[in-house]
Amino acid sequence: MIKIKSLTKKFDQFKAVSDLNFEVSEGEVLGFLGPNGAGKSTTMKVITGFLSPSAGTVEIDGYDIIEDPLKAKELIGYLPEGAPCYADMSVLEFLSFIAEIRGFRNEDAVERVQNVLDLVDLQTVCQQSIDTLSKGFKRRVGLAQAIIHDPKVLILDEPTDGLDPNQKHHVRELIKNLAKDKIVIISTHILEEVTAVCSRAIIINSGEIVADGTPNELEARSKYHHAVVVSFSEAYNPQRDLSELSELVVVEENGNASVTILSNNKSPIFNKISEIARTKNWPISEMHVNRGQLEDVFRVVTSQMRECD
Amino acid sequence: MNNLSIIFRRELLSYFATPLAYIFIVIFLITNGVFTFDLGGFYLRGQADLLPFFSFHPWLYLFMVPAIAMALWADERKTGTIELLLTLPIKLSEAVLGKFLAAWVLIGIALVLTFPIWVTVNYLGDPDNGVIFAAYIGSWFMAGGFLAIGSCMSACTKNAVIAFILTVSICFTFVIMGSPILLNIFPEWVPQYLVDAFSTLGFLPHFDSISKGVLDIRDFLYFTIFITAWLLASAVVIEIKKAN
Repeated sequence: MIKIKSLTKKFDQFKAVSDLNFEVSEGEVLGFLGPNGAGKSTTMKVITGFLSPSAGTVEIDGYDIIEDPLKAKELIGYLPEGAPCYADMSVLEFLSFIAEIRGFRNEDAVERVQNVLDLVDLQTVCQQSIDTLSKGFKRRVGLAQAIIHDPKVLILDEPTDGLDPNQKHHVRELIKNLAKDKIVIISTHILEEVTAVCSRAIIINSGEIVADGTPNELEARSKYHHAVVVSFSEAYNPQRDLSELSELVVVEENGNASVTILSNNKSPIFNKISEIARTKNWPISEMHVNRGQLEDVFRVVTSQMRECD
Repeated sequence: MNNLSIIFRRELLSYFATPLAYIFIVIFLITNGVFTFDLGGFYLRGQADLLPFFSFHPWLYLFMVPAIAMALWADERKTGTIELLLTLPIKLSEAVLGKFLAAWVLIGIALVLTFPIWVTVNYLGDPDNGVIFAAYIGSWFMAGGFLAIGSCMSACTKNAVIAFILTVSICFTFVIMGSPILLNIFPEWVPQYLVDAFSTLGFLPHFDSISKGVLDIRDFLYFTIFITAWLLASAVVIEIKKAN
């Protein structure tokens, strides 16, 4: 269990994080979202004990990160932004070093390193020095050092940033597999990642939480939640047929003879639309309900704040 | 094996994983040779001691040690590994000391490898080996002083070159402290005891007495306190400047 209470971090006059409150419990994969400079990395640096908070407390499984830093840090595996590693060491040397610092000795350390090499698929390059590796491999080395001690808390700062789609998929699968009975916090600005791996998402903007919920809940806040997307096989204007509907609807052109129909109060309208489509003989090639767009919610909650400023 | 020795070992190994350690040692040995035999007039003096060898060490260290020290923390900051290192379950003191000791031992290794000069002087004459041994230890302690300054300067900046220049400047001040150049800066009204106190803060008086075989515990204490103070300063600087 991670408890974060009224966490504030100031750099001189600039408030990077202000009065953050949240808790994360075992089994949760928390996606930490926000535009660049919103305070994601700063929050993670404070949680992992790299930076000390200006105010507030961080508790990892009952250990305060300021009062009991060593105990708290033992529980955490951390992948800093950009996955920094000692580039002049080989993968094997680097991971052995981390294993020893994490308290494993001799055969124990060797076993840990071998396990983690298998887990992140690094066996083929384990003798190479880290600075000769590609970005994807480097990221995996960073991930390996974070999970080598099977930590209770896993904190990953942009774990898939700069990876190709295959590598992204691999890292996400890895995170999903690791997540059982762990606390995982991932920061990202890739929204598809949240739907792919997270059980909960927090959106922060200018150092404050602006949204907190499951990805589904957040999607439901989108104006496109329950909207119906209709593609026509030929050009067709559905506008006049829709005037029969009891609620007010808006039709947005998507181009390519496709439209999105959304009701003003986000109520489910699929049945009614399909009824109309059947009676009016719409030349439909495809029709589906939009679950809502995280991107849309993200934009709305992070831009509202700016306007207030 | 505790965290300190794990960090120490990693640092020392990484010196030898790159050409850095070898280049350092080779250049150190060559310059030592040139200084001792050419400039120091080792043969011409006709004396069986290593005084010309040791008397150049402060000037040699002035450039060699900052070159080793400049990357200590500046590189960690630049590559971001400082974030990795300081979020591991270790104390900051273990990291500062481990890194310092690794670099100090590297200098020690270079120093030990100058042994042919000791063999030479023993072959040619009958030197006082106790004095030579003491001078070696004194030299190593002085290098530690240079290195501790370098550690602190390296913690101040992300840029290793800036760290190098800062370290050389401060080390130079401590080398010439006590020499007339610096003492003449003091105006007349400054009491003599203050000037004396100031001049004893420099490296040379302490190193000179050790290298002449005068083993005074106070000289070693001076270097030990000096190193401790600068390492403490390093830790403070790292703590303050972590964020940027």
